[in-house]
Amino acid sequence: MKPAKQPFDFVAASYLIRIRPERAWTLAELAQHLGSVSEDSIFYHTFQSLETHHYTVFSNDFAQWCLTACNEAVLAEELSAVDLRDIVAVEELRKLLIGKLEVHLTRVPQAGDRPAFEPFYFSEAVETVVSLDSQAATLGELAAGIRRMGNQTLHYHFINSRLRLRLQTNDFSNWIDDSLGLPELARKVNRIDFYTNTLGGIRRELVQVMESWPQ
Amino acid sequence: MAPVTGASPPPNPPTMPHLADYAAVGGDPEIRELRALASRLDVRSVKMVNTTAVGGGVAEILNRLVPLLEELGIRTKWEVLKGGEEFFAVTKAFHNALHGEPYQGSPEWFERFVAVNDENRKRMDWDDDLVVIHDPQPLPLVLAREGRNSHWIWRCHIDLSRPNIEVWNFLRPFVEKFDAGLFSAPAFTQSLPIPQYLFYPAIDPLSDKNRELPAEYVQQVVERFGIDSKRPILTQISRFDRLKDPVGVIQAYRSVRKYFDCQLVLAGGGADDDPEGAKVLGEVEEASNADPDIHILNLPPWSHLEINALQRASTVVIQKSLREGFGLTVSEALLKKKPVVASAVGGIPVQVIHKVTGLLTHSVEGTAYQIRFLLSNPEFARQLGENGREHVKENFLLTHNLRRYLLLFLNLHHR
Repeated sequence: MKPAKQPFDFVAASYLIRIRPERAWTLAELAQHLGSVSEDSIFYHTFQSLETHHYTVFSNDFAQWCLTACNEAVLAEELSAVDLRDIVAVEELRKLLIGKLEVHLTRVPQAGDRPAFEPFYFSEAVETVVSLDSQAATLGELAAGIRRMGNQTLHYHFINSRLRLRLQTNDFSNWIDDSLGLPELARKVNRIDFYTNTLGGIRRELVQVMESWPQ
Repeated sequence: MAPVTGASPPPNPPTMPHLADYAAVGGDPEIRELRALASRLDVRSVKMVNTTAVGGGVAEILNRLVPLLEELGIRTKWEVLKGGEEFFAVTKAFHNALHGEPYQGSPEWFERFVAVNDENRKRMDWDDDLVVIHDPQPLPLVLAREGRNSHWIWRCHIDLSRPNIEVWNFLRPFVEKFDAGLFSAPAFTQSLPIPQYLFYPAIDPLSDKNRELPAEYVQQVVERFGIDSKRPILTQISRFDRLKDPVGVIQAYRSVRKYFDCQLVLAGGGADDDPEGAKVLGEVEEASNADPDIHILNLPPWSHLEINALQRASTVVIQKSLREGFGLTVSEALLKKKPVVASAVGGIPVQVIHKVTGLLTHSVEGTAYQIRFLLSNPEFARQLGENGREHVKENFLLTHNLRRYLLLFLNLHHR
């Protein structure tokens, strides 16, 4: 079994949800607040809430609200089509979302001031990461650690890490490539679809891909 | 009014579960990470203050949460506000007013409210690093923080979205002295200068109300109450309270009966110690028109196992509230994989994602239609139940509540 250049450090990641004062009652207000709310808030309503949206029609809170509270199905689809895998900075995401809203409001200006059934409450995630004083030095140890990982920690390593690394990759792929020197496996891990899988499904697929890799 | 015959006598106190026992529901990683978080928290003690040691949702949560915090090595004191009848008449008037009703008290009650809190403030010691005040009744205790290096948290369990302005303006200055406010839903918050956090209420999956039960016991309870387990059972568990709309549930049931040979169970308490509850129970009995397939069960407060069994025996669980705080009975049913038809009020839409973890309705007619839909589509109903259990396991368990408290303590105490 090939040892790593650097060990993989296991952590426990958790998130508190802070409710922000901004509320949007209309699409125009949503666009306005999107321009000024914290990066943490944009992050929360897109990356952090992804797990919840494994159940729902659309993949982020903004899209879901546009459909259920504003009855704007086309806009909801457009906002939902933003692929987080392509995003490496929240500012980039903010501009994309505002751009889509502005195009829609130019196309359907009367939609801008129509009151929603319920307001959009902006929130943000407050991240806490503590070390578990446990490391992986081999692929097998990484797979075993992933089996023992809580859902929020898995989310941290596999989804939220894309913004931290700013590399369109995740912590596992990054380590597999850098420390184990297995770029092909790193790519395979990175291809696991976090849109169509629950975190439980992602965990199973990660472990299966790693355990079936010839060592 | 006497409770129904057939209800079991008070059971022996249940053995308090340990943290490791929760791995059976939430998984080992959750418990391991809770221990890791707790190990980073270096505090002398935490104090929780509320108004009652038994009865009510807050006491129920604290009864479980405090021992688990202790097990994690966090010394936790639980203090109960002493008030007396007059004080609790004041706080009941405040409670109703904060829910948007007109204020039914006198101006002197504001002084009485502060005076009772002053007495309690002098009685209690305040050498804790973190203090959590539950609900509005003990709010003025926050005056004890002056000159001390402690962090104060207000856990608001009620819906504060439309408060009576007179009462809220009186309480607001106390709230502003806290370091953080915790709310059950974003819609329950107010514009405040302190940070506000989302803290979902939680159910204990190992309590008598929720733990797994043998099928034989469930069958035995159903038979004891004269319910036919071979025909569909529609159930609403709630206090006999007009805001839970039990008469509306009967109307929905009658509409469903045109299509399905089903039974209705309305089970709950509150009709013995609350004159209003007895009145509502009378209205419900009258509305039932002695239909032998409507089972009205006025259960004593210790009937947790029976309620658990009734939920498990149900084909569809209903929560047709007109107003609701969070409505944790919905999570109790979802944990048991039951398809739920519930009103889109209070915290219910957080638990019931329409057509994913249950069905949301807005009227008697809508409730009846969705029940019929579920009875006609048992596979869809089963899938809703499966999703519902996962949703509860990810969001509304006691261990999630514990994790949120640990995170908040870490963020406040070690920032």
